[in-house]
Amino acid sequence: MKKLSAFAVIFVILLSLVFSGCGYEYAELNLRAEYARDLEGTTLTVYNWGEYISDGSDGMLDVNREFEKLTGIKVNYLTFESNETMYSQVKNGGVNYDIIIPSDYMIQRLLNEEMLAKIDTSKLSNYDLIDEQYKNVYFDPNNEYTVPYNVGMVGIIYNSSVIKDIEHSWKVLWDKKYKDMALNFNNPRDAFMTAQMILGFDLNSANKSDWDKAAELLKEGKPNLQAYVMDEVYGKMETGEAAIAPYYAGDYLTMAETNPDLKFFYPQEGTNIFIDSVCILKNAQNYDAALMYINFLLEPDIATANAEYIGYASPNTAVIDNENYYYYGNEILYPKKENMPKVQYYHDIDDEIRSYYETLWIDVKLD
Amino acid sequence: MKNKSFGSRLIAAPYIVWSVIFIVVPLIIMFYFALTNESGVFTLANLASIGKYKKAFGISVLYAAISTLITLLLAYPMAYFMTKLKVSSQRMLMMIVMIPMWMNFLIRTYSWITLLANTGIINTFLGKLGLGPYKLMYTPGAVILGMVYDFIPYMILPIYSVLSKLDKSLLEAAEDLGSNGFTKFKRVILPLSKPGIISGVTMVFVPSVSTFYISQKLGGNKTMLIGDVIEYFFNLGPTYYNVASAISLVLMVMILICLFVMNRFSDDDDGGVII
Amino acid sequence: MKTLSRIYVGLIIFFLYAPVLVMIAFSFNESSSVWVFSGFSTKWYTGLLTDTTMLTALEHTLIIAVLSAVIATVIGTAAAVGILALRNKIAQKLVMSVTQIPMMNADIVTGISLMLLFIFFGKLLGLNESLGFFTVLIAHITFNLPYVILSVMPKLKQTDSRLREAALDLGCTPVQAFFKVILPSISTGIATGFIMAFTLSLDDFVISYFTCGHYQTLPIIIYNMTKKSVTPDTYALSTIIFVVIFVLLIFYNILQNKSEKSSKKGFGK
Repeated sequence: MKKLSAFAVIFVILLSLVFSGCGYEYAELNLRAEYARDLEGTTLTVYNWGEYISDGSDGMLDVNREFEKLTGIKVNYLTFESNETMYSQVKNGGVNYDIIIPSDYMIQRLLNEEMLAKIDTSKLSNYDLIDEQYKNVYFDPNNEYTVPYNVGMVGIIYNSSVIKDIEHSWKVLWDKKYKDMALNFNNPRDAFMTAQMILGFDLNSANKSDWDKAAELLKEGKPNLQAYVMDEVYGKMETGEAAIAPYYAGDYLTMAETNPDLKFFYPQEGTNIFIDSVCILKNAQNYDAALMYINFLLEPDIATANAEYIGYASPNTAVIDNENYYYYGNEILYPKKENMPKVQYYHDIDDEIRSYYETLWIDVKLD
Repeated sequence: MKNKSFGSRLIAAPYIVWSVIFIVVPLIIMFYFALTNESGVFTLANLASIGKYKKAFGISVLYAAISTLITLLLAYPMAYFMTKLKVSSQRMLMMIVMIPMWMNFLIRTYSWITLLANTGIINTFLGKLGLGPYKLMYTPGAVILGMVYDFIPYMILPIYSVLSKLDKSLLEAAEDLGSNGFTKFKRVILPLSKPGIISGVTMVFVPSVSTFYISQKLGGNKTMLIGDVIEYFFNLGPTYYNVASAISLVLMVMILICLFVMNRFSDDDDGGVII
Repeated sequence: MKTLSRIYVGLIIFFLYAPVLVMIAFSFNESSSVWVFSGFSTKWYTGLLTDTTMLTALEHTLIIAVLSAVIATVIGTAAAVGILALRNKIAQKLVMSVTQIPMMNADIVTGISLMLLFIFFGKLLGLNESLGFFTVLIAHITFNLPYVILSVMPKLKQTDSRLREAALDLGCTPVQAFFKVILPSISTGIATGFIMAFTLSLDDFVISYFTCGHYQTLPIIIYNMTKKSVTPDTYALSTIIFVVIFVLLIFYNILQNKSEKSSKKGFGK
């Protein structure tokens, strides 16, 4: 029984850790909109990408805490790492979410499956800040269901201290010169994109043989790769463990802060552009709080903090036109018209083709 | 007397109800999923599609078998030497072997990346000696190393507990009858430690064959073990629950067969073995 | 031979502890890398106190571990007594076989099958949310139970059945007989079962992964972190847990050795 008392001691020590104080200081915010406290005490569940909100680390603004302080609504904040994981969680009915922030093609799929609630943008006093070019997009032509959160494009990051001269093409991932130095995406849609671009295919091809050819190309390139990774790419590129990786432009900017040797380009074959937008689920438990939260995310101060923390391009004019914004006029995030790469959006593909490429991905891995 | 024993049987009732609802019923539901399609119609298509993943099954069994063998070869001498020590040091060593098991296994696995990476500790050290860098990470070897490392305490402990209970007089008898060290080991010690070996092998093989974390972190996602395939499908959404259930079912049957084969080697049927 | 075996034991211990040492070293890293050591700092330890996500997860982990271990110990001990009292040997064997399923099965299979069950019941009951605190708790109790039963049962078998009968003859009710006679003689088995249950629950990742919903435990948070770049704060938390356990166990061990020595001396006199 002595062991039991030992465990009781551990328990007490650890619990005292749990309940000791917290040290985040609230910021002084200039807000455009009014926020009522009539929903005080309710909970709002937000399901977002990992590292996709300013969270108070490194002395930056903690968006969720500020919202809680302002409205008295408790934010239950959870993260996912791919559109597919998010979909799986939302769909299986095991858990409930109010707000989700998926990408374009996944929003299209959720709309087809009638899982999203309408958002009345006239109730969002900050909606006028959204740049016109991100309104009426293909997955939400009448701006009924989504509010844009971030915009991004995929490019290639390389370490200029190891690689001096590099061809601006997706082919570098297949180049034997860079054997064991290159990484690729560990998710089928993005990994297939790198091959589809080389082959000049439509990213949303309904033709199985296109996907077969892309899979063959991926298999061919596999021995050249060090690994397939997602966010682990940060550590690998920052430390020089790997030297070339395709990833999202915004993440490159964050990595370059740590390792200035890292350089970036958009491949000449073209690339994928995406919009991640805020949506409210049909079975949301706290719809009004969700609207309030979305309006809060659009606040200039909040949107700027998020844009600076995340490093992705913002669709919010209050951010883009703000000269004090850290990435103001950044050429990678906001390329001038003449430098804009050829881009394609992902669209939702019909069930058959989707499950075809999702299974092909296993073939690539098992090859 | 009858009533009293009825009473003591009755106190098992909560457990029996519990085990039916939370052990038996979930397996039945999994069976149901494996044998139906998304809209609940009976089909054998899920089970038929498993042929596509035979390579994943193959690699999983191969990696798990190799790592179980290595674990056994490393753990047996360790357990044996432990029994030769003073009783107090034995207990201390037991603790020392067990303590890493209290660390979160994800962290234990992840720390290996710091050791094995191209810019990691081992390669940096070798670099100072003018060697390398060697490619240690993202190889089958790294995955097997991860399995051996994560599960070796589960092999040491049962073997040690059997060896430490060996009847000393048996060993003396063997010596009296003229056995030398090796024959004594082969004829007496090894057969007697079989139950420990079997439970150790089980406890290492089962988690190794079904893991999905170790292969992802130390294998760099370049191949898929069967656990990875199940996890991949699970994360794609409910459409795939049927296939995922079918693969899980086959995995379960496969493990049971392996355990069955292993149990044939043991005559020990203490405590009700399933098979 | 003796030195050789010592070296071998030393090497295995080194193997077991190398990653632990790495973890401890990097928990004191100045920069946020767990790859490159750039200087000594304790900032990750102080930073831990403000990391609400991790602390909430730790709280969840401890709550689940304590509750599931306690409940599993109570139900499991009762079950062990009841199962041994079964006179139908086939029924007994059947119950024991079912008991072994969670131990023999791969965690991923147990996890998925439980998840399917919870979602199925959730839909049946029209619940808005079927995964959460209760489902992780149930899952943990389920995989803890066999370990408790298998720790208690051997001790029960060793207990002389005549003891209970004697107690009954002396006027104890069956309940009194259980608490006064049987329970003390199986207490070590119960304690072992409880500790195993607690440990398993603390470390479980796979089954929680499939059943926890929003109620995320520490291993789930750590899993999410290792999907990105792990920062030394995870290492710092693990180091604290490691050191606490290490010190307590070593201390306990020394005490035990001392008490044994003194009792031996007592016999000598």
